[in-house]
Amino acid sequence: MMTTSSESLKGRRIILHDMCLRDGMHAKREQISIDQMVKVATGLDDAGVPYLQVTHGAGLGGNSLQHGFALATNEAYINAVASRMKQAKVSVLLIPGLGTMKELEAAYDAGARSVHVATHCTEADTAPQHIAYARKLGMDTTGFLMMAHLNDAAGIAHQGKLMESYGAQTIFVTDSAGYMLPDDVRVRIRALQEVLDPATEIGFHGHHNLAMGIANSITAIEEGASRIDGSVAGLGAGAGNTPLEVFVAVCERLGIETGVDLFKLMDLAEDVIVPMMDHLVRVDREALTLGFAGVYSTFLLHAKKAGERFGVPARDILVELGRKKMIGGQEDMIQDTAMTMAKARGLIKDAAA
Amino acid sequence: MSKIKCAIIGSGNIGTDLVYKIRRSAVLEPVWMVGIDPQSEGLARARDMGLKTTAEGVDALLPHVEADGVQIAFDATSAYVHAENSRKLNALGVLMIDLTPAAIGPLCVPPVNLRQHADRLEMNVNMISCAGQATIPIVAAVSQVQPVDYAEIVASLASKSVGPGTRANLDEFTYTTSSAIERVGGAKKGKALAIINPAEPPMIMRNTIYCLTAEPPDEEKLSASILKMIGEVQKYVPGYRLVNGPIFDGNKVSVFMEVAGLGDYLPKYAGNLDIMTAAGTRTAEMFAEEILAGRIKPKAVEAA
Repeated sequence: MMTTSSESLKGRRIILHDMCLRDGMHAKREQISIDQMVKVATGLDDAGVPYLQVTHGAGLGGNSLQHGFALATNEAYINAVASRMKQAKVSVLLIPGLGTMKELEAAYDAGARSVHVATHCTEADTAPQHIAYARKLGMDTTGFLMMAHLNDAAGIAHQGKLMESYGAQTIFVTDSAGYMLPDDVRVRIRALQEVLDPATEIGFHGHHNLAMGIANSITAIEEGASRIDGSVAGLGAGAGNTPLEVFVAVCERLGIETGVDLFKLMDLAEDVIVPMMDHLVRVDREALTLGFAGVYSTFLLHAKKAGERFGVPARDILVELGRKKMIGGQEDMIQDTAMTMAKARGLIKDAAA
Repeated sequence: MSKIKCAIIGSGNIGTDLVYKIRRSAVLEPVWMVGIDPQSEGLARARDMGLKTTAEGVDALLPHVEADGVQIAFDATSAYVHAENSRKLNALGVLMIDLTPAAIGPLCVPPVNLRQHADRLEMNVNMISCAGQATIPIVAAVSQVQPVDYAEIVASLASKSVGPGTRANLDEFTYTTSSAIERVGGAKKGKALAIINPAEPPMIMRNTIYCLTAEPPDEEKLSASILKMIGEVQKYVPGYRLVNGPIFDGNKVSVFMEVAGLGDYLPKYAGNLDIMTAAGTRTAEMFAEEILAGRIKPKAVEAA
């Protein structure tokens, strides 16, 4: 039995990765300006955060009717931020099927030096060409297994091993739905630890829909994870990501070394990020539904919008999407599902009928 | 009535499903299947259905083309070997229907532009991609009514219906489909998104088509054009079904489709594979009808 986890974690070094300017784009309906990005990023850089992700919420290729159009191109955002960084590296998100190698190359040219290549947790074999290309460009390359609660520990280990074989240097367990509890994280990270090369790092990306972001991240570290994603003030999809300033405070108490200045991060959260929010990112009714039903966090605002338009409560739509096992990227199915439900409830008529 | 004799290159899922569809045709007859693996289930099935087979690749078919009267070939192998297969068979006067992403010939979506290709007697036509076959008819139905500045399609595919070739080369799928949305669909700019969903039981293929019209959409004319086009596709893919829409938001037109297959060799949820084999068969039938009527005569293409 692990008696004093704080003892065993003392002196552990963890690499933090901020998601405000990527996952946070979801919470802002992709409407963060270049100036705001630069302001947040320079604050993160100054506080010593080593990596920060900058793209459309859906990553490279994300500008679309499906996912919304941001105020600027990914290249413009990356270029504006990267040119101002003193120590932090800029990373990007790439989901094969949406983003392509051409867009990765353009992001690299704009200054990105790290990438999360993301697939659904059972579909790692859609990423070999993108991971290999990221390595060829010399980028710090992560294989990012999304909606990790939908695959068991052995499955996650197998998928992570595949991504490692394509060249990924870090494998992430990604709790996109904010559904996982600490033991769910524990068994998956442990299974990865058992199969991956010792040189391959392991990471955890949490969402705070059940308020487990910090507990889950600490559990991941206990099992050997060395990289943690979070976002200052939790600015991210659903109830947000693991709130980074809170996490850093917890790390300090446990003796985990992050190299990040806690008070600077707290000031950034309070003075810059919270005033930027369109809505308070918190565990509200719908975000809690995501965590409870295991639904992709990004669906939150889309479901609220479709719910208002077609007169079906967002919670009902989210539960139905969970039942139909819809995954990240299927935002079109939110409107479709809302329309189908509205028809069944006699609220709208069938155009084809 | 006599039928045009066909060869199928590739003994995987697509090739095997093609045999079933071609056998049902009034104008086509499958006579050869070519594979590279003697253990392949597809070759065994083809033999059981009375086709001649070889596991020695396309070169083993060439000496039999003339004697067995093969006039149309379907290539269901891969983009990497398609150009060679096509060159060799075209040289013998065999018309090539390309189901790989190679796209060396003109792109074909039957209800949109098949007639033009048949009239021009193209010796190689490409079937684009499953998502292309499922969505471009709708984009074309909109652009036939009014100009489309931008069209975007989202294809959701059951994990079990996506083979290793597509998975390892997802960018090719994206590029080929995006480009065809413009060139065949008629949108000024096109974008294609693919999502692979592992849900069990497997989900039936879904496609969402968004078009941004240059001017405010004429809702009545567009709805009529879209419904008419769906009817055209249903002639060769009965499981092509409108689930929701068309719905209009400003200049955005959204259409939500489902594609269920016939369940010949492939399961019904694999509408993505079925629409490819059905479109390929439909394309071959159009050429066959022209050949049988004496209106066109495939000619040997000088090997370059």
